[in-house]
Amino acid sequence: MTDLTQLGVKDIRDGVRAGDFTAREVAESFNAAVADAAALNAFIVTTPDHALAAADKVDAARAAGETLGAMAGVPVGMKDLFATNGVQTTAASHILEGFIPRYESTVSQKLWDAGAGMLGKLNLDQFAMGSSNETSYFGNVASPWKKAGSNAAMSPGGSSGGSSSAVAARIAPAATGTDTGGSIRQPAAFTGICGIKPTYGRCSRWGIVAFASSLDQAGSMARSVEDCAIMLGAMAGFDPKDATSLQMPVPDWEASLNADLRGKKVGIPREYRMEGTDQAILDSWERGKEWLRDAGAQIVDVSLPHTKYALPAYYIIAPAEASSNLARYDGVRYGLRDLPDGAGLQDMYAATRAAGFGDEVKRRILIGTYVLSAGFYDAYYTQAQKVRALVARDFERAFAECDVILAPTTPTASFPLGENVDDPLAMYLNDVFAVPASLAGLPAMSVPATINADGLPLGLQLVGRPFDEQAVLNAGLAIQQRAGFSAKPEKWW
Amino acid sequence: MSVDKANVAKIASLARISMDDAALERMVPELNGILQWIEQLGEVDVTGIEPMAAVIPNTLRLRDDVVDADPLTGGGRRDDVLANAPAAEHGFFGVPKVIE
Repeated sequence: MTDLTQLGVKDIRDGVRAGDFTAREVAESFNAAVADAAALNAFIVTTPDHALAAADKVDAARAAGETLGAMAGVPVGMKDLFATNGVQTTAASHILEGFIPRYESTVSQKLWDAGAGMLGKLNLDQFAMGSSNETSYFGNVASPWKKAGSNAAMSPGGSSGGSSSAVAARIAPAATGTDTGGSIRQPAAFTGICGIKPTYGRCSRWGIVAFASSLDQAGSMARSVEDCAIMLGAMAGFDPKDATSLQMPVPDWEASLNADLRGKKVGIPREYRMEGTDQAILDSWERGKEWLRDAGAQIVDVSLPHTKYALPAYYIIAPAEASSNLARYDGVRYGLRDLPDGAGLQDMYAATRAAGFGDEVKRRILIGTYVLSAGFYDAYYTQAQKVRALVARDFERAFAECDVILAPTTPTASFPLGENVDDPLAMYLNDVFAVPASLAGLPAMSVPATINADGLPLGLQLVGRPFDEQAVLNAGLAIQQRAGFSAKPEKWW
Repeated sequence: MSVDKANVAKIASLARISMDDAALERMVPELNGILQWIEQLGEVDVTGIEPMAAVIPNTLRLRDDVVDADPLTGGGRRDDVLANAPAAEHGFFGVPKVIE
């Protein structure tokens, strides 16, 4: 029999529907693969029973002749930022260790309703703050990839590093991610998989641990563009419980996939040619242009003049929102409480937060508190919001001249764990190409392009107009068909 | 603009994060590095630009003004709300005494 763990979302769904194998067999295969991969540290908790129960429901439904859902029989990894009823939800923090929600996030509920099951809760950077998965309270996640000739553990990217590691290692066919400033696309690029963040508001934020509410958006991570389209379709949709949820129909992205780009214009932003970008990345960008031209698209130069200011604007806006969102962790309603002897309420807050938050989280809360404080608010926060408006306007103007934008996802390939931990600014630069689309709320995707000289994957990024996930997926599919990316990490775990 | 140890202590106190001297000393250069880097936003000409808070045009909806409009979030779930509290007594969150 085929090794079911090599299959992606579409093949599992279709195979279960056709009766080639049962959903239970799929769940058992992946549960075993997860149990065998503890060395990756991709999961904070595993939930084999959840995967099996969902699979049994699907098998029973099929036996009864019922119509199966879009994700029927597909067990997925759930980033531990989504609240899951009865299953610990930590955001990879100590302050939420032991927190067991009594409710289910909208996105995870939609996946269960579509017939998916859960393999476990995936590790991430603490509160999704990080680009290497080194800020988790539950330890670093290792990428399944290794640099040629080296045994050093490599970063799976972040913040959705457990998701990218698990999908690349084939211990999960797909996983949820969240993207605030690149947290789906950068890890996808680092591990040779696909990852899409939809237009802001497509996926409900209800039940997702909040980081920066005007930026946070859930998306799908899988090994093919088709798989991402299927899973995103199951996750998206209007939710009255999220005030920023888009009240518009979700197109059938899978059915409309079309890699024929004749008549389409692909914009190449000249400002993305930045110092410090690897030559191999620039080369893969050139190849990407050729692939899309081959698919029939016309390549045009576009300008996004405020690109270099997007990252510093992000590092004001995101920490500002985070400092406000994370004020809720106070040792009163849920999570950790640190109550020193004889301490009053204020001391309890301060002691709880000191013990419960990691260094990067504290750093961002302090920056956020500072830029929002009296006397600095206009100089920092208001200025950043104005720059955000300019970044969004740049895209609006560019999309008058093109249908989709092609750019690198990251300036470098993955790096060894530990290499950048002492330099927060160097770490932030990982997201220099990803952040602009986040600030503008646009749909954006990373697809694997090639392998560099060190044997590590490189990704290409596609950015679309608001609500036009289809253009992003279609261009991604055109690249996928031509890149022929088939490299796999060798199993060492 | 840059911060010194006293500034960081003030910010940490506003953020309700207790930090000892060593932690404050460590944080000063880290915060200054980040703050100096974000200073570059000052170069951008923003004349006539409105600050942007919401990126995708959307209007806030009003729900019906009734109790339990959404049974999942509407209320009546005291035990669920208290289930994860570090200290809960008699249907309330427990906190240290705040009135002398």
